[in-house]
Amino acid sequence: MMGFIWFWLVAVMIVGYVVLDGFDLGVGVLHLFLVRTETERRTTLASIGPVFDGNEVWLLAGGGTLYFAFPLLYASAFSGFYLPLMIVLWLLVLRGISLELRNHIDVGVWRALLDGVFGLSSALLTIFFGAALANVIRGVPLQADGYFFLPLWTNWQPGPHPGILDWYTVIGGVVALVALTLHGSLWLALKTSGALGQRARRIVNPLCLQLAALTVISLGATIHVRPASLDNYFNYPITFVVPVGVIASLVLIWQFNRKHQPLRAFLCSCSYLFFMLAGACWGLYPTLLPATTGADRDITLANAISGPHTLAVGLVWWAVGMALAVGYVVFVYYKFRGKVDLASASH
Amino acid sequence: MSAELIHRLHFAFTVTFHYLFPQLTMGLALLIVVLKSVALKTGDEKWDRAARFWGRIFGINFVFGVVTGIPMEFEFGTNWARFSRLSGGVIGQPLAMEGVFSFFLESAFLGLFLYGEKRLSKLMHWFSAVMVFIGSWISGFFIIVTDAWMQHPVAYDRLPNGQFEVLSFWQLLMNPWGLLQYAHNMTGAVITGSFVMSAVGAFYLLDGRREDYARIFLKVGVIAGLISSILIIFPTGDLHGKYVAHNQPAAIAAMEGLFKTEDGAGMILIGQPNEETGLVDNPIVVNNLLSFLIYGTTKAQVKGLDQIPHDQWPTALPLLFYAYHIMAGLGTWFLLLMLVSAFLLWRQRLHHSRWALWALLLSFPLPYVANTAGWMTAELGRQPWLIYGLMRTSEGFSDTVSASNGLFTLIGFMGLYALLGLLFTVLIYREISCGPEPQAIHA
Repeated sequence: MMGFIWFWLVAVMIVGYVVLDGFDLGVGVLHLFLVRTETERRTTLASIGPVFDGNEVWLLAGGGTLYFAFPLLYASAFSGFYLPLMIVLWLLVLRGISLELRNHIDVGVWRALLDGVFGLSSALLTIFFGAALANVIRGVPLQADGYFFLPLWTNWQPGPHPGILDWYTVIGGVVALVALTLHGSLWLALKTSGALGQRARRIVNPLCLQLAALTVISLGATIHVRPASLDNYFNYPITFVVPVGVIASLVLIWQFNRKHQPLRAFLCSCSYLFFMLAGACWGLYPTLLPATTGADRDITLANAISGPHTLAVGLVWWAVGMALAVGYVVFVYYKFRGKVDLASASH
Repeated sequence: MSAELIHRLHFAFTVTFHYLFPQLTMGLALLIVVLKSVALKTGDEKWDRAARFWGRIFGINFVFGVVTGIPMEFEFGTNWARFSRLSGGVIGQPLAMEGVFSFFLESAFLGLFLYGEKRLSKLMHWFSAVMVFIGSWISGFFIIVTDAWMQHPVAYDRLPNGQFEVLSFWQLLMNPWGLLQYAHNMTGAVITGSFVMSAVGAFYLLDGRREDYARIFLKVGVIAGLISSILIIFPTGDLHGKYVAHNQPAAIAAMEGLFKTEDGAGMILIGQPNEETGLVDNPIVVNNLLSFLIYGTTKAQVKGLDQIPHDQWPTALPLLFYAYHIMAGLGTWFLLLMLVSAFLLWRQRLHHSRWALWALLLSFPLPYVANTAGWMTAELGRQPWLIYGLMRTSEGFSDTVSASNGLFTLIGFMGLYALLGLLFTVLIYREISCGPEPQAIHA
């Protein structure tokens, strides 16, 4: 029971991270080619400025939750994905710094450079996150002692000895790039007005189409790479509501965007991300990290979970802490609601 | 080079660089609350501008602290997998709690404090500053709880598979080692904050600019600096040192260079420990002082390294000795400088005493050195243990990550952090040149 609860609490943290940091990553990708003037750029960045740090906290809080609830998974996955994780860390550093520096430097050339760094690091991060999830679904070559070490790539095939990148995980990366770019454009459509807001709105539908096509491809590829992903769905047919939710979300994004209802469209994009991630987690459950070297080496809930007292105590403070955290998040988004107004955004 | 050494350096380098930023933000957070409180009480716009100025410095530091802090949480898994696998159930908790209880709060209210002054009432803006202060100090608490458990493991049990499990959550948080270390560490952060604030004030006065603001900075900086420089020695340093002496005798013997057990042990003020001869070369000793400081009597016996098996000696003995002595020596300097400065401030002569202003200006890097040396003392003193008495450092690093993979990413971090250091200097220089005047506000 504790295993079930903590599996889904970690999943909630991941969804929280992707939904929230997802739109500022998407804005990072978009601002490179959607923005025409310096004012527009400042408006774009001001739309994420007050919330960007808080969004990233979900990654840290999620990582910490994973650490104490499933120490074996944390230890094995983080050391096994050593090289790509270090690259992710460097990208996170560059991204955070370039955004901050931009507010302090007023020389055009430097700003252009920093904007480039911010956009590129955002794009690469979305791809890495998508590929990371695909790596977890595909599985890794776990040794008998529960550890592994993955090279960046091998022969691009998801066989028993894959690399971080193969054709399957690349699809995962592209899905994440497009999904979060769409998410970001819906955020901009919601938060900005004038020509910029219109441009953001106009690219929603083409992105939505691409994402629909990619979603279908990635679902097919997932079933091909890990047929066991469907087991839970057939055992509990009610859960086919998840793929239905994915499709419904995409359709509604399209509809609401056409009807100029940006808030609803954005919320549907949140629900798309929620259903995609929840669906992936449900396809894995109760496995946490499948082994390509034989199912008996899988890291599962049963062999990775922390001691009972740790988890029971954790549940108490986690519930209290996250209730407070959600309170702050709601408060901040409420205080900065409405379209971005550069004049009132002092720093 | 051995993988163990590389993984140790990896963590040591990234955490040392990281802690340059939080020590200032935690100290400044308190001083900003002071500035905002005076502004709220007197309605004097100058204090508000001073708060805004330090808010900007805080904001820059905060961002650098965040981006260098994210890797820390990951490195437990990437570089210390075997340790994390066994201890995650215990130390994963305070680390997760830091995110849940502190970072959400801190980031939310910092956003409001920096970007929302025009959207908030005066009281609400003051409240945001208080919440940022609370958030950053809670964050420090959970990190200390984590370290304290590795220094002095309490309230744990071992599961059949070898994993550590929390027995009492309350005892984990209230680990006496942690409470002492927290008091000592946070006082150290306030020292950094107040020395930086005084130094900027001294800089403006020496430069003949912004006398109004310089007076504010010097007043707050010197008073906070005096209080924290006293507290760092007594009671926090004194009590923490005694606790180390009672619980990690090997650490205290190595810190003090005490190779032989002595009745009425003296304290070596300066010297060079020589592991081969088992002596301290060129010592300057104050007789009986060590016995007195630990036990309150000049004749008490202090255990030397000779009573400790050689395989339990701290592994970097001279480095530990130097780190500890640098910390203690600088602590003495802080107290002297702040006593003199506070006296001059009280007699209203500080603003004209150019030599004192120069001393304050030039002393601003020293708290960074002292805080770093203090952390080195704590962590080197714990060696050869990763979890004191329970798990050796050689048993904890990720053995699937080879030495040269580790070296590759360590060099990567060094390059990236060199760049960050450069950018940070440029940004802070620019803020200090622009100063607290209203026209300096930028988006």
